[in-house]
Amino acid sequence: MSAAAPKIRVRSLAKSFGEKRVLDGVDLDVPAGTSLVVIGGSGSGKSVLIKCILGLIEPDAGTIEIDGENVLALGQEARRAIAARIGMLFQNSALFDSLPVWENVTFGLLARRRIRRAEARVKAGEILGQVGLAASAGELFPAELSGGMQKRVALARAIAATPEMLFFDEPTTGLDPIMGAVIDGLIQDCVKRLGSTAVAITHDMASARRIGDNAAMLYGGRIVWEGPAASLLESGNALVDQFTHGRREGPIRMELRA
Amino acid sequence: MNLLLGALAAFGRPVLILCRGTGRLALFAFEGLSHLVRPPFHVRRFAAALIEMAYFSLPVVALTAIFTGMVLALQSYTGFSRFAAQSAVASVVVLSMTRELGPVLAGLMVAGRVGAATAAEIGTMRVTDQIDALSTLSTDPMKYLVAPRLLAGIIALPLLVVVADILGVLGGFIVSTASLGFNAVTYLHNTFNYLETMDVVSGLVKAAVFGFLIALMGCYNGNASRGGAQGVGAATTAAVVSASILILAFDYVLTQLFFAR
Ligand SMILES: Nc1ncnc2c1ncn2[C@@H]1O[C@H](COP(=O)(O)OP(=O)(O)OP(=O)(O)O)[C@@H](O)[C@H]1O
Ligand SMILES: [Mg+2]
Repeated sequence: MSAAAPKIRVRSLAKSFGEKRVLDGVDLDVPAGTSLVVIGGSGSGKSVLIKCILGLIEPDAGTIEIDGENVLALGQEARRAIAARIGMLFQNSALFDSLPVWENVTFGLLARRRIRRAEARVKAGEILGQVGLAASAGELFPAELSGGMQKRVALARAIAATPEMLFFDEPTTGLDPIMGAVIDGLIQDCVKRLGSTAVAITHDMASARRIGDNAAMLYGGRIVWEGPAASLLESGNALVDQFTHGRREGPIRMELRA
Repeated sequence: MNLLLGALAAFGRPVLILCRGTGRLALFAFEGLSHLVRPPFHVRRFAAALIEMAYFSLPVVALTAIFTGMVLALQSYTGFSRFAAQSAVASVVVLSMTRELGPVLAGLMVAGRVGAATAAEIGTMRVTDQIDALSTLSTDPMKYLVAPRLLAGIIALPLLVVVADILGVLGGFIVSTASLGFNAVTYLHNTFNYLETMDVVSGLVKAAVFGFLIALMGCYNGNASRGGAQGVGAATTAAVVSASILILAFDYVLTQLFFAR
């Protein structure tokens, strides 16, 4: 590994909701220009982890460094500037339902005044094409789309401004296998071609190995395993093995009570 | 001793919660207002909010005002005729409308209509991560969602109250001339003779304050909503109830400021 500071460095991050400790000392490094896949059981705190890095949830303890700078110590303006350098695909898409699809897709570009409104429809059509949607879908409203289409629009919105960091919260959940593979390819492309640094959460092992350079497993509020994504299926770690092979018996006890 | 402490604690806890809530609301209001003087400005959002608040509230406010003017004329006529003071009807109608009923009734109607809609929209955006999404797209939610609505409220309500004042007087005029036997010219003369600029201006200032309160409570409660459809429903109720109570409370305070000598 290079001596340069990683793009994203998380140290002993902790977050509780009431009595419930969701994150309990998470350490994580994401070198610039690589992609990290985070796996972990439902409710293990994956979404909370990336929302902390984005600055949407205030952690109780720990540090988050981006380009060597502790984000949590910065003022509101500076943190907002950092959030603007991150593209995020939310787990539930979080499209603006009062705006048509084209305005959703180009929202970040318009907000940064990188394009004018007159050009936005055409630009939106181009980006929609990249995620396998017809340009005519731009005229629809989010509520008129299927769940999978909403996901792709959300992806288009996240990558539209070609941000230097990209976070994907379950980008392929709800897509058919072929479209899933297409989206995986698109994510790989963003990382390779644009040099973005990516963090993706996924439950799909095939997808994890396709898009991730590295993988990390979150369990019990900590990272219990980290390694190359290619070795996910033969990690030698009992927790990861049980998870990736989907076995009912093993060290992980699913908390069926929330 | 323990009993005393317990009693104090039981009293202190709600007071603390109330103080904390008031503080949060004040910070929220201050932040929202501060975006009105810091670019960039979301003119489009402001225009949409203004149309929603002013234009689409017109029918409701107009109907409320006209019927209120009519009832005022009837009631004050039956009251004043006992003292043979019917000629006061015109000034009672115009003064009640401009000073009190115009702003308060328009405020309450708009609180029910727009306050609820605002809280529901922002609340839904909150629980579906849309507000979080805004901040990842270089947009400050306070600037984009809250500031335009606050300004729209401050401007829309006075506009509505001008309409309400005119229609309220018209309602009183119609009833007085058509069924109470007043002479039209005398009635209008009595209406404007005793009306002072301050009566109208105080009503418009009240309206601006009420409009601000309606938008503020809608945005604040919506933004604070948690946990799905139920949370949004609770936020909507809270927005309407709190805005209505604040309107009546501020009405008293402002009346005291304007007219108490
Ligand atoms: N705003 C919140 N308030 C209270 N508890 C929360 C909040 N957000 C998350 N949690 C709790 O934190 C835990 C982790 O949630 P999170 O959404 O991170 O799970 P996840 O790992 O993303 O799961 P999934 O794979 O199902 O998306 C859950 O138990 C959840 O109840
Ligand atoms: Mg999640």
